[in-house]
Amino acid sequence: MKIRLENLTKKFPNRSKKGGADVVAVDNFSFEIPDGKLIGLLGPSGCGKSTALNLISGLESPTSGRIFFDDEDVTDIEPENRGIGLVFQNYALYPHLTVLRNITFPLENLKGDKKLTKERMKEKAYEAARLVQIEELMDRKPSELSGGQQQRVAIARALVKRPRVLLLDEPLSNLDARLRLQTREEIRRIQRETGITTIFVTHDQEEAMSISDLIVVMKSGKIQQIDKPQNVYDDPKNLFVAKFLGTPAINVFVGSVKHGRIFIGDDPVMPIKGIENRAIYAGIRPEGFIPSENGSLKCLLKGVEVMGRDTIILSKHYAQEGDVIHSIVDSEDAMQLDAVNTAIDHKLNLVLDPVHRDVDNHGEIRFSIRPRKIFIFDSETEERIYPNGDQPVTG
Amino acid sequence: MKKKGFKAWLYLLPAVIFLGAFMFYPLIDVFVYSFEEGYNSASQTSFGVGGYNFSYVLHDPYFMQALQNTFLLVIITVPLSTGFALLISLGLNSIKPLRNLFQTIYFLPYVTNTLAVGLVFMILFKKTAYTDGLVNAFISIFGGGSVDFIDGPYWAKMFVLCLYTVWIVLPFKVLILTSALASVNEMYYKAARIDGTSKFRMFTKITLPMISPMIFYLVITGFIGAFKAYSDSVALFGTDLNAAGMNTIVGYIYDMLYGDSGGYPSYASAAAIILFVIVLTITVINLMISRKKVHY
Ligand SMILES: Nc1ncnc2c1ncn2[C@@H]1O[C@H](COP(=O)(O)OP(=O)(O)OP(=O)(O)O)[C@@H](O)[C@H]1O
Ligand SMILES: [Mg+2]
Repeated sequence: MKIRLENLTKKFPNRSKKGGADVVAVDNFSFEIPDGKLIGLLGPSGCGKSTALNLISGLESPTSGRIFFDDEDVTDIEPENRGIGLVFQNYALYPHLTVLRNITFPLENLKGDKKLTKERMKEKAYEAARLVQIEELMDRKPSELSGGQQQRVAIARALVKRPRVLLLDEPLSNLDARLRLQTREEIRRIQRETGITTIFVTHDQEEAMSISDLIVVMKSGKIQQIDKPQNVYDDPKNLFVAKFLGTPAINVFVGSVKHGRIFIGDDPVMPIKGIENRAIYAGIRPEGFIPSENGSLKCLLKGVEVMGRDTIILSKHYAQEGDVIHSIVDSEDAMQLDAVNTAIDHKLNLVLDPVHRDVDNHGEIRFSIRPRKIFIFDSETEERIYPNGDQPVTG
Repeated sequence: MKKKGFKAWLYLLPAVIFLGAFMFYPLIDVFVYSFEEGYNSASQTSFGVGGYNFSYVLHDPYFMQALQNTFLLVIITVPLSTGFALLISLGLNSIKPLRNLFQTIYFLPYVTNTLAVGLVFMILFKKTAYTDGLVNAFISIFGGGSVDFIDGPYWAKMFVLCLYTVWIVLPFKVLILTSALASVNEMYYKAARIDGTSKFRMFTKITLPMISPMIFYLVITGFIGAFKAYSDSVALFGTDLNAAGMNTIVGYIYDMLYGDSGGYPSYASAAAIILFVIVLTITVINLMISRKKVHY
């Protein structure tokens, strides 16, 4: 089922004694979620992800705006009549009921001609349990389950009524790293198998990138960008999105455009067409650096981390924002450089003394920049600046 | 290992000494007295050993009256006060404005002196030469005849005693239950709403099980407290409770020791042992039920 939000806004009254403006948790959301897709709702803590989810589920009612499921306006419909399943961050399993009773609980609430027999409920519960592979745990209490198992029970409970929409609020945040990886694949599989339109809230960009069909990036209640995961990475709409996605994070420099060239500090790194002279931020993805003897970006080599096929070069530049520049280069290319080799030799000697990494100074290293990996942003609004002729790609 | 055990005992010693001197020793003593016929505390002598004291107490009409009063009090007030407290707490929990004010108001009787509350009840219920009391004035508005609640028929006195007891124990129970209700995580209700759970089912299937440990705590302590009731009766009906027919078991024990017709430690001990056995039995039954019904 398709979900459409129209100018959805939620304000919470400011309760602080000093007064002040209302908290706008969700600010004028308008977008459409295609049928049967998995949407990742991504943003830092407190940006309004849970609120957005609660609005769609009906637990909160919007200050203004409408919500449509297909073409039905569900804005004023009670949560139980919207046909949704919701998995809470802490699962919210009823601690006094067995797994089976937890899963059948939503079915027991059915009234009138929808009422089911005990056997039918059990059948349905086992069906849902099979999907998340917890059939052997049906007689346990939630306190006797591991975090991952509880999480599956919560999903089974959300699925047992065959909802039209499945909403997951940071369902993996309580799991350890390994289980998180495993469970997110599981969620992806279940979503594919059932074909239920799913919204998955997370503040972990890697999680969102890996399982979503579409990512909605938000910040302080506002939508920043909606796109396919790869597009959000390759074509960020603003500096926030660029910084929020990718590990290692994008490298940001204070720069300018002068006479048709992008300058980082005083280094002219790249020609650019049709942009007036102005101050900018330049963002370069770690994989956008090519070490070369006569590259235009002059940095100070600080350290080298060889990681098999790839090598991470740590360097500094006086116009950079943040701590250190991360660039990921092919190990074979890196070995061609004298500076890198001395650094590696040096590191072998200092391997027991990592404190020195920051103080280390291995001289100059020069990079040229891959054109598709550098983005420039307005230094005031932090919005992306597109060179003339290149239309912003929208997805 | 041995040394550790020694240390542990050393730390426990003060408590053990005090408990031994002021609890276990008297308890054993009472037990011994209750089987010694005609024990005289002045000469420390008795006629012999046997079940005579118990037989006397169990055939004493005053004791049987006290037993009946106590049981009635327990059976009526424990469920009523717990039920009312639950209703009030649910109410308190569902209002937002002025919740703290109301919580304070409901807690006030708890910090009020029992005898002061007794005085208020007197004003409400007692018939004097000048007035029939406020409640009677109220009854007469609706055309009812006046009832003497303090010196009148048994049911009227029992009614006042029960009302008084409920009133006295209510605040504590409200306090416990409001905090129990507040500690139930909001997300369970959210989950239940998504699942389309009715208000009634939310209460019976989520709220009640979640606060059941507290309810059973209140029931068990309520039972014990009501069995040990005494001051409530004194506050309402004065010290000559046998004459008023409103004595309780503890009142009977006190009377046997120090009352106008007192000076019978053996009978008092026997009555105390009987009370002990009753309370123990009821508490064990309570615990057995709670083990089955209470979750976690
Ligand atoms: N009931 C409420 N009353 C007032 N303000 C609220 C309420 N619920 C949320 N907020 C505010 O709305 C904003 C968004 O909250 P929300 O819970 O949606 O964030 P989130 O993106 O889910 O964060 P997290 O990742 O930490 O869960 C926050 O600033 C929060 O303080
Ligand atoms: Mg949240």
